[in-house]
Amino acid sequence: MLAYIIRRILYAIPILIGVNILTFSLFFVVNSPDNMARMHLGMKRVTPEAIENWKIERGYDKPLLYNEETGGAGALTDTIFFEKSARLFVFEFGRSDAGRDIGYDIQQRMWPSLAIAVPTFIIGLLVTITFAMLVAFFRATYVDYWGVILCVVMMSISGLFYIIGGQYLISKVLHLVPISGYDTGVSALKFIILPVIIGVIGGIGAGTRWYRTIFLEEVSKDYVRTARAKGLSELVVLFKHVLKNAMIPILTACVSQIPFLFMGSLLIESFFGIPGLGSYTIDAIQRQDFAIVRSMVFLGSVLYIVGLIMTDISYTLVNPRIRLS
Amino acid sequence: MTEPFLSVRNLKTWFNSSRGPVHAVDGVSFDIRKGETFALLGESGCGKSMTALSVMQLLPSQAVGNVSGEVLLEGQDLLTLSEVAMRDVRGNRIAMIFQEPMTSLNPVLTIGDQIEEVLRRHRGLRGEQAYNKALELLDAVGIPERKQRYGEYPHQLSGGMKQRVMIAMALAGEPDLLIADEPTTALDVTIQAQILELLQALQRDSDMAILLITHDLGVVSGMVDHVAVMYAGYIVEKAARQQFFDNPSHPYSKKLFASLPNIKKRGHKLAVIEGSVPSLAQTFRACRFVERCDYAWQTCRDREPRWFEFERGHGARCHLVDTELPPHERVRPVAKAETSSALKSDLGAPRTLMTVEDLVVHFPIHKGLFKRIHGYVRAVDGVSLELFRGRTVALVGESGCGKTTAGKALLQLIQPTAGKVRYGDVELTQLSRQAIKSHRGELQIIFQDPYSSMNPRMMVGDIIEEGMAAQKVGASSEERRQRVEALLRQVGLPPESRYRYPHEFSGGQRQRICIARALAVSPKMIVCDEPTSALDVSVQAQILNLLKGLQDQLGLTYLFITHNMSVVEYLAHNVAVMYLGRIVEQGSVRDIMENPKHPYTQALLSAVPTIETSSRREIIQLEGDLPSPINPPQGCHFHPRCAHAMPECRENYPLAKILSQTHQVRCFLYK
Amino acid sequence: MEFKFVILWTDALVFLLVGIVTGFTVYVSRKEHLRAPWRHVARSRMGMAALVILAAYLVVGLLDSVHYRPALETSGEQEKVRYSAEVLSVFDLIATPFRERQEKTYSAPFATHLYAKETIEFPDGSTRRDFPRLEYGGAHLDDPHQDRFADIVLTSVAGIVQGVVIWAALITLTAYLLARRQKSEVKTVVKRIAKGETDIPWHVMLVTAGLLIVLTVLAINLGLKYHLLGTDKVGQDVLYQALKSIRTGLVIGTLTTLIMLPFATILGIMAGFFHGWVDDVIQYIYTTLSSIPGVLLIAAAVLVLQVYVETHPEMFDTIAHRADMRLLFLCIILGITSWTGLCRLLRGETLKLREVEYIQAATAFGVSNAKMLGRHILPNVMHIVLIAVVLDFSGLVLAEAVLAYVGVGVDPSMNSWGNMINAARLEIAREPIVWWSVTAAFIFMFTLVLSANLFSDAVRDAFDPRLRQQ
Repeated sequence: MLAYIIRRILYAIPILIGVNILTFSLFFVVNSPDNMARMHLGMKRVTPEAIENWKIERGYDKPLLYNEETGGAGALTDTIFFEKSARLFVFEFGRSDAGRDIGYDIQQRMWPSLAIAVPTFIIGLLVTITFAMLVAFFRATYVDYWGVILCVVMMSISGLFYIIGGQYLISKVLHLVPISGYDTGVSALKFIILPVIIGVIGGIGAGTRWYRTIFLEEVSKDYVRTARAKGLSELVVLFKHVLKNAMIPILTACVSQIPFLFMGSLLIESFFGIPGLGSYTIDAIQRQDFAIVRSMVFLGSVLYIVGLIMTDISYTLVNPRIRLS
Repeated sequence: MTEPFLSVRNLKTWFNSSRGPVHAVDGVSFDIRKGETFALLGESGCGKSMTALSVMQLLPSQAVGNVSGEVLLEGQDLLTLSEVAMRDVRGNRIAMIFQEPMTSLNPVLTIGDQIEEVLRRHRGLRGEQAYNKALELLDAVGIPERKQRYGEYPHQLSGGMKQRVMIAMALAGEPDLLIADEPTTALDVTIQAQILELLQALQRDSDMAILLITHDLGVVSGMVDHVAVMYAGYIVEKAARQQFFDNPSHPYSKKLFASLPNIKKRGHKLAVIEGSVPSLAQTFRACRFVERCDYAWQTCRDREPRWFEFERGHGARCHLVDTELPPHERVRPVAKAETSSALKSDLGAPRTLMTVEDLVVHFPIHKGLFKRIHGYVRAVDGVSLELFRGRTVALVGESGCGKTTAGKALLQLIQPTAGKVRYGDVELTQLSRQAIKSHRGELQIIFQDPYSSMNPRMMVGDIIEEGMAAQKVGASSEERRQRVEALLRQVGLPPESRYRYPHEFSGGQRQRICIARALAVSPKMIVCDEPTSALDVSVQAQILNLLKGLQDQLGLTYLFITHNMSVVEYLAHNVAVMYLGRIVEQGSVRDIMENPKHPYTQALLSAVPTIETSSRREIIQLEGDLPSPINPPQGCHFHPRCAHAMPECRENYPLAKILSQTHQVRCFLYK
Repeated sequence: MEFKFVILWTDALVFLLVGIVTGFTVYVSRKEHLRAPWRHVARSRMGMAALVILAAYLVVGLLDSVHYRPALETSGEQEKVRYSAEVLSVFDLIATPFRERQEKTYSAPFATHLYAKETIEFPDGSTRRDFPRLEYGGAHLDDPHQDRFADIVLTSVAGIVQGVVIWAALITLTAYLLARRQKSEVKTVVKRIAKGETDIPWHVMLVTAGLLIVLTVLAINLGLKYHLLGTDKVGQDVLYQALKSIRTGLVIGTLTTLIMLPFATILGIMAGFFHGWVDDVIQYIYTTLSSIPGVLLIAAAVLVLQVYVETHPEMFDTIAHRADMRLLFLCIILGITSWTGLCRLLRGETLKLREVEYIQAATAFGVSNAKMLGRHILPNVMHIVLIAVVLDFSGLVLAEAVLAYVGVGVDPSMNSWGNMINAARLEIAREPIVWWSVTAAFIFMFTLVLSANLFSDAVRDAFDPRLRQQ
């Protein structure tokens, strides 16, 4: 087991290198720092000096891969690639184009993101599984038929509309909670409730439908017939036998999402003015802050790989067939 | 006579399909008494499993609610019970075990939990009591190390053990009736013998009735009291066992017996049932068997025969036995002339086609940090064989012994790890991938499953032509087209079949197409990998006849991989018995069948259920299961299960002992 | 009127796609076993109703994909005809009345007055701040406060009647064609359709089509007099915008797939078929790509494109060309981020197929690898590809809106539902609220995505062997 985990982690290294090289070439090779500077400073009032200054301030004035001016190790380290890309491996994100410390920002903004994402994830999982069980219990009846249609209708609505509609209804018409904002401590609760509810509702359609197919696939298996032949009631069959088997694919799929909870939800955070990593990313994209985007790309891939490893591990833990072999 | 415990009256079950209602069970009636074993015998699709599921009311969703008739359990009609009331019957009064022990147990619950579930549900046992009872049950079904097994998951058990657990689960409710739906079909013969023996022993100790659903005449002859033969949704013949085996009366039953291969029919064609089972999505006016019957006359086409009991306890649904038929309808039936032409048996001196020496196929197991090779699955571990022109070698063994791997390695479809395969003057193992392609045409293979061995998206003509194109057989497409039609005719299919798709054919027809495909490239040798084990007995006879005929006609050499002993004695010239990657005994078919020397061969042969009730052989019970080929036992692989094991058997693997010109064995008993 | 055809990049690809689909349809219709699952789709009521709606969207989208530049009115007798910088489509031509009736700024649906107060100068010279009359919306009314309601009702009734007449004509035509093909009488065919006894659910399709026809005719009737869905900030008709957005949605939903499909299919099959280093390399590529969060990769790529476009303005003739370039680029980058899932699925399926006996039989004949892939593997994974394509479509349409919100969607000058929502979201806070742009975008987008989802369900039911067994 340990060897397996170590191997998976080792396997992650070339992938992260790949991600790094890809982002590096996207940001610095396809697109020269000069272009970036020109874009940031605005197209009209650009003087070569202004561009140089902009680049020096942000450390983009160095050579890309090989610095001929400095000798020895500096030839490789005093370059954009080393300073801006390779350092990401030790989670040194550097400063944003606006001059703020990205690492510090990420640490600060992680918590509001988690405050929204964790409850959304857990409540969402419980709600969708319950609905899916309900629909699976009434399979091949009208409840099932219309339940599935309702799911399709719900998943056909863009997440944007859930947010806009929810904000309008709860905050503007009913005045139940503030429309947006964030606070620390207990008073954060009133800001969290609405985003969580909207996040949960937005995920019901697709989630319920997907879990339903998993349940129905399990229901058609032979062991379910055996359980019925024992004289067990439909509820016991469903909750003990089917649920336990269906939890294997469900759990493994969910585990891969856990690391991403840190990243927060782009849309919800941005709409509700939550100072989390999601809105951080969106702001960076909108302000065209390449340094932050680059950092978030790397962070995202790290989390993805962590998710993959966790998925594999949880799968081996949950499934007795693999656990015990 | 005692009152029947279960009485099924005119049971009908149907479900709706796009072509109208399909009457899967169409008027089935039978009685089962306490302590009796009753068999429903029939080929696939005859409705025997549906009958059982209707009794249990465990029907698939499309048939739920579409049941009529009566299922009387000690006078109470189960069909009128509510679902909730029915749950008190299931597992309690009637229990059921299924064909696939591999999938019928819940993979994420422990064995103990699954057994205790029944104890809690029907016997009200909890905690310590339930635990003790579960252990008792595991003991009763012959599971060793029961305390450890109790906490294990199904995947940790072998197939035979799983079926024992299924039986323990069924027994937990102390049922009065056990329905066993093909309980041994997925198991090997030696394991089958164990399970059947267990069922019989359990029945002797209690008053339990068993409803056995099977397609195997051998199993029926071994353990039942009464038998009912099903065909196309209803029962065509019903009798006590002795009556049935002495005097099968319905033409269908007779044909079933006649189509079974055995040593006495060697050199003769097997009887076959022409045509196929009629679609059940229709209303029958005539006898359902009329199209395939050798005796049919006008009355059979005019009227469906009624149920007629012509001797006590023995009845059939056939105009032949109906002695009360009005005279004008009793036109003297004349059986169609059986073409039981003798086949060529004189073969002359054997000439070698292929020599296999010490063939080894090991699959590496990777483990650890760097996926280093940690061990090997010794699938084939030194097999030597000689194949003679125009003759058949049967490679016999239980599943997992490596016989299929050996067959494929011989053809270089799997890269052998070591060993030599000399074909004519070519050493196949030394050839490059390109070089071997030119020999592919001469060495062909037919697979077990006729459903997965043809690309569903290609027309039959294209399927047959593909090999010809790859092997450059036939100069022009016109020439190839003609050849395809000739081949189809040769295997007994109309030439128009070439424009149809595989799914339009039945299993037997598909296997014919596969044979035609192999023949298309004019092979010298064909590896037949269990070509009939997925087929019904009557269809099996057709395929065996075809293979035999082609051998006589074209001088083909077969390597016939099978676990079916009766096919071996009918078809093979030489037999090689495999156990855990090695051949333990080989010889002419006479040597092996009449004078088996190796204890494993002896056990294997004794475990095969036979229908000759008069000459009951003593079954040699083998303990335990086939060991894992990853870690085979030290010394002789067979010694842990061998009754004659000696100290030296644990030390070394015995060398081949040549007993006669044709017969050799690897066992320390013969030195 | 003189004009010059303009073929934008996406237009070319759209017509290529139409060609491919047509070719595929002809091919399928000749092969019985390929036709069978489609017949299953054709029997699904939900699926066919959805198909009718999709077809309506498709017509608008295709009309909007034939572009031209009209000639400018030449003054004097210049030799050379000059063409407008504005690129129009056939759809624009048809919808000219909607396109050209531009107001000053926001106005509500059916409004006769602007949504913002302005200083109005009266003939007598006095001025007052009030809501001015619209230039086009309800301009034919003398006293809007009194006449508007009656006028709307009358126009609606007329519209509905016209719609029903057209619908009746459609029913008759369908019945006539069916009757000719089945060689029976029109009357019996109509009866069978009405009772729902036909194999293909014509009754459901005709009802859906009827609904669409009535709505369309109604919209035309009302839309010529009022702004049916109001106007936006610069006074453009929202209905026209929403309709123009259809093409954007369809292009993103389909071209993305067209672009990624060859990669996903070829790489997926190769990875599964040739174990070893080929498999390792392909797996590495797709794990790396999928490890980057999609939105971020798209954002990064679009930012890079933006810089590129802004530094090379000379490359693009017109605004439309530039917007089109960005749309195409968006499709490509969406394609890059979305092929990995399908590729992985295909790899898994190919791995399974490799072990199937007909592949081994082909090996036993010495069939070449290329033939093996083309004849045995590819046709047997096509159903997965098809299911993935239809399932992806709705996701991509939805993704467009999100990307527009993030600021990395299609060009701001291009009509798209995402841009409509994005522009309107700032107005939600306004009192009283400007709700119609969002609502219009919602209705059009929801209808398309729902139809696509329902249709893809029908396709999946028909093609997925696991679902078919149940």
